[in-house]
Amino acid sequence: MYDKLIFEISKPGRVGYSLPKSEVKDWDIPEELTRKIGLDMPEVTELDVVRHFTRLSLKNYGVDQGFYPLGSCTMKYNPKINDEMAGNPNFVGLHPLQPAETAQGALEIYFQTSKMLSELTGLAEFSFNPFAGAHGEATGLMIMKEYHLQRHDYKRNKVIIPDSAHGTNPASASVCGMETIVVPSTELGTVDIAKLKEVLNDEVAGMMLTNPNTVGIFEKDILEISKLMHANGSLMYYDGANLNALLGVSRPGDMGFDIMHINLHKTFSTPHGGGGPGSGPVGVTKNLVQLLPNPRVVFENNQYRLQSNPFSIGSVSGFYGNFLVVVRAYTYLRTLGKENVGMVGKMAVLNANYIKESLKDYYKLPIKGACKHEVVFDGLVKGEASTLDVAKRLMDYGYHPPTIYFPMLFHQSLMIEPTEMESKETLDDFIEAMIKIAKEAEENPDLLHNAPHTTIIRRLDDVKAARTPIIKYKDFL
Amino acid sequence: MSKVLENLKYAKSHEWAKIEGKFAFIGITDYAQHSLGAIVYVDGGEVGGTVSQFEEFGAVESVKAASDLLSPLSGTIVEINQAVIDSPESINSDPYANWIIKIEMSNQKEIGNLLDAASYQKLAK
Amino acid sequence: MNKYFPHTEGDIKEMLDKIGVYQVEDLFKDIPSSVIHQKPFNLPSALSETEIREEMARISGRNQKMVSFLGAGSYDVYTPSVINALTSRQEFLTSYTPYQPEISQGNLQYIFEFQSMICELTGLDVANASVYDGSTATAEAMFMAVVHTKRNKMLISKAVNPRIIDVIKTYAHFRDVELEFIDEENNQTSKTSLLARLDDQVAGVIVQNPNFYGVIENLDGLAEPIHANKSLFIMNVDPSTLAVLKTPGETGADIACGDGQTLGIPTAFGGPYVGFMAATTALVRRLPGRIVGATTDLDGKRGFVLTLQAREQHIRREKANSNICSNQSLMALHTVIYMSLLGKTGLAAVAKQAYSNAHYLCEALVKTKMFEKANKNPFFKEFVLKSKVNVGELNKYLGTLGILSGLNLGEINPKLQNQILFCATEMRCKEQMDDLVRKVEGFKNVR
Repeated sequence: MYDKLIFEISKPGRVGYSLPKSEVKDWDIPEELTRKIGLDMPEVTELDVVRHFTRLSLKNYGVDQGFYPLGSCTMKYNPKINDEMAGNPNFVGLHPLQPAETAQGALEIYFQTSKMLSELTGLAEFSFNPFAGAHGEATGLMIMKEYHLQRHDYKRNKVIIPDSAHGTNPASASVCGMETIVVPSTELGTVDIAKLKEVLNDEVAGMMLTNPNTVGIFEKDILEISKLMHANGSLMYYDGANLNALLGVSRPGDMGFDIMHINLHKTFSTPHGGGGPGSGPVGVTKNLVQLLPNPRVVFENNQYRLQSNPFSIGSVSGFYGNFLVVVRAYTYLRTLGKENVGMVGKMAVLNANYIKESLKDYYKLPIKGACKHEVVFDGLVKGEASTLDVAKRLMDYGYHPPTIYFPMLFHQSLMIEPTEMESKETLDDFIEAMIKIAKEAEENPDLLHNAPHTTIIRRLDDVKAARTPIIKYKDFL
Repeated sequence: MSKVLENLKYAKSHEWAKIEGKFAFIGITDYAQHSLGAIVYVDGGEVGGTVSQFEEFGAVESVKAASDLLSPLSGTIVEINQAVIDSPESINSDPYANWIIKIEMSNQKEIGNLLDAASYQKLAK
Repeated sequence: MNKYFPHTEGDIKEMLDKIGVYQVEDLFKDIPSSVIHQKPFNLPSALSETEIREEMARISGRNQKMVSFLGAGSYDVYTPSVINALTSRQEFLTSYTPYQPEISQGNLQYIFEFQSMICELTGLDVANASVYDGSTATAEAMFMAVVHTKRNKMLISKAVNPRIIDVIKTYAHFRDVELEFIDEENNQTSKTSLLARLDDQVAGVIVQNPNFYGVIENLDGLAEPIHANKSLFIMNVDPSTLAVLKTPGETGADIACGDGQTLGIPTAFGGPYVGFMAATTALVRRLPGRIVGATTDLDGKRGFVLTLQAREQHIRREKANSNICSNQSLMALHTVIYMSLLGKTGLAAVAKQAYSNAHYLCEALVKTKMFEKANKNPFFKEFVLKSKVNVGELNKYLGTLGILSGLNLGEINPKLQNQILFCATEMRCKEQMDDLVRKVEGFKNVR
C-alpha cells in the first residue's frame, strides 16, 4: 500500500510549476511586514504530484466503481455531462461581481433552476446561496425566525424536531439562537401527534420535518400536522434530505410546508466530492420570498439581475453559493425533463422495497409495511455480530457500507438507500452479499468481528486518534 | 448491573460525590463511563472556578459521544485531578478512584438533594 | 427507456412480485391522494446530450469572460492543468464523506495534508478539513470566540470586506451576538479605536489582512492587549499572501480564517470556493467541522481517521457549536494539489509576482494624472485610487472593450464616491496592464 505523505516525497530544489517570466520589475515588500518563520511546503515535480494523488485516489471508493447504499445520502450516479457543462470556461472564468449584462447566462442558470425546483416542490422560489444542506437548514430557520420578528411576534423562538431527526436539525436551530423541543416518535417511527399537541404554544416558531422520515416511512398524517402547526401560528420546515422518495410523485409545498432546503448533491445528482462541495438551496412560499438571503436573482425588463432587499434575513454567503454545482443540477434537470422526473421517486421506492423484502428474514425489520426510498434494519436476526461488524465485513465483499447507527431510534440501525439508478442485478448482488454475511454471523462471527480483512488497511484505532491527536505532518516529528 | 459504591452520593445525571469534611470529590459513575465508551478527553474547568448544583462545569468525551459534566454540589474548585486530565482512560478503568475535581462546598444542605447508593442503583442498572 | 433508469418492464414485474404488490403506485398508498401530483409537471422537455450541449453553448454564450482587474474577494489566479485531471478522478469526485476509513484513506490523507499546509501557511497549530467559504469561516470563528470566552460581544474592523461583514451581521443577529465596529482611517484599521473598545464583554476581535482596500495592516502590538483582555484575536487572511507576509501565528492571532480561492481556484461566478480555519492548540476542540487525525490499524500500519468527532453535530446535536456537515472537501483537494505543485518556492514566487504587478499598475495609473492614491499605506495586490473621472462611466467604457475594471467603491459606500479598488494578480502580464492604462487614457479623450 502506498503510504507516503506529500511531505515525505519532497526533495529540496524540485519544482512542480511553470510561471511566465515577468517583464515587470520586482517590488520589495517592506521588511517589517514579511514572514520570518520558515515555510515547509513540499518541493516536488509535477509527476510526483500526479503519482501521489493518483495513488491516493486508488485508496478510495467512488460511486462510479460500485454500489453505495448509504441511507439518507442518496448516492446516485453523477452524470458526466453535468461535469462537462460545469467546466465551460464561460462559467468557470466569470467574476461574481462583473456587471449583470456580462453574466446573463449565469443568472439564467440560477433563475431557471429555481423555477424548475419550484415546479417540482410546490414552493415559490429558491435561493442557491446556502452551500450545503445544513447551511440551507440554518438559512431556512433564520427565515422562520425573521418571519415572526417582522410580524412583531417576539416570543417565537422554539423549533419542534422529532427525536428521529438528523443531528444537523437541532444543531441548525442552535446556530440561529433557537431552542429545540424534541417530540417523540410512535413505534412506527412517525410523529406522535398527541405528544406534538402537548408542546404547541405561542413560543413555537415552527417544526422541522423530513418526509419520508429518517426511518424511511412517510408521515401519513402530514396534512393534519401542517394544519395543527399553522393553526398554532407556526411554520413548517421541510428537510429535503429525503426528497428523492417524492420526486415526481408528491410535492412538499402541497403538504403544507412553508420553507424547505434541498440537497443538490443528493436528489439532483451532483457529486459528493468526498465531503463536498454540495449545495443546499432554500425554497419558500410566495409570502416569504422577500426574506430569502441577499442577493436574489430577479428577471425584470428582459434582463436577469441581482437584487438585495431590506426584508431579507441578510447574507449567508460571500457571494451566491456554489455556482458550478448548480450548473450540474441544472444540466441534470434538463436531461430528465418533464417526461422522466416522474420515474425518480417511483423507481427509488421500488428498489428500496425490493431490498426490504429480500433481506427481512436475515435482518430485523423494526417497522413493517412499505418503506419509501430507504429501509432501516435493526441489526441481524441471528448471529453474534453488531451492525458495525456487518458494515466492516461488507467492505470485504467490495461494497461501501450502508449508513450505520442512524437513526438513533434503534440500537443497531442499518439504513440502506439504493436510489433509482441501480439495476435489479446490482441489488441482487448486494442482497446475496448481505445474506452471506448474515450466515457468517451465525457460523463464524469472528470473521465479522475482525473485518475488514481484504481492504488495504484494517480497523483503525480511533480511540488513540482522539486521545493523542496528530492532525498535521509536524505532529509526527 | 453497573457498579455503585455505598459511601458515595449520586446525581441523576450520573456523577458521584464523596464528602470529606467541607470538601467533596466529584467524578462520574460506572454507568456513565460504560455508556460513553473509551474516554478520550476530560475538561474539568479551572481551579478557582465556581460550580453550582446540577449545573454544567465541564465535559467528558469519548469517540462517539460527548457529555456535559453537571456538578452534584455547589462550591469552588480547589483541585483538578491532573492525572485524569492526562490519562482520561483511567476513568474507564476505575471511575470511582479517579475523581475529576475537588471542591470546597458552599452549601452542605444541598447534599440532601442527592441520591444514596440504593436509590441511584435503581437508575443505573 | 432513459439512460439513467435501468428498470425494464420485466425487472419491474419481478420486483413487484417479490414485494407482493400489483403496481408501483401501491407503494405510495400511504400518501394522501390530495398530495399525489396528478397533472404533468410544467418543465421543459427532456434534452439529449447533443441538445444539452447546444443549449448550454447558448446560455454560456450570454456570459462574457473579461480581462480582470477586479478583486474584492474573488481573484483571477493561475490554475495548474494537473489539478482538474486529478480532482475529476471518480475516486475523489464521486466518493462520500470518509466515515468508513478503511476505504477512504485517499480522502482522509489529502485532508490531513490540507490541514498540515494550512497550519504551515498560517503559522498556527491546528486546522480543520475546510468550511464553506471565507465569510462563513469568519462567522464560525466568531462563534468559537463567543463559546470559548463565554462573552457575547465581537469587535470587527470596518476595513474588513463588506461582504464578510454582511455575513457576520446575519449570524450575529440570529444568535444574539453584539457587534461593535472598529473605525478605519486612511483605509486601515484604527489601532486606537480597537484598543479603546476592549472591555470585559468582548469575546474576540476580527481584522482582515490584507484588508478590503488591499492594505497590509500593521497589527503589531495588538495581540498582548487583546489577550490581556481575555479576548481572542481573529485574523481573516488571504492564504496566497502568507508565503511572504507575516503570518497570523507570528502576529499572535488565536484563529486564522479565510478563503482558499486564491490557491488556484477559478472565480466561477462565486463558487465553489473553500473556507479554511486554523487555531492555536488550546482551541482545537472549539473548531467546527471535520478534523482528520493519524493513527494505526490492527496490524500497526499508519492510517487516518476522522477524529475529535464529539464536537460535531451528529453527536452534539443541539449542543453543537456549529451545524456544519458537508464542507468543500474537493476544493480543499484542489488547493492541496496547488500548494504541492507550487510548493516552497512557487507560492512565494506567485505572491511576489502579484505584489509587483499591483505596484506596477498603481504607478502607471497614477502617472496618467487621472488618479491619485487614496492612502499612503503598504498594499499587496489591490489598491484604492481616487479618480478624477466618473468611475461608473469609466468602468462601463472599459467593459465595452472587454476589460473588467476595478470595483466602483462609490456603489457600495456613498462616502467613497469616485474611488476605485483595482487588483492585479500574477495573471496580469505587463502587456495587459499597459493596455489597460492606454484604454483608460483613451476614455479621457472619448469624453
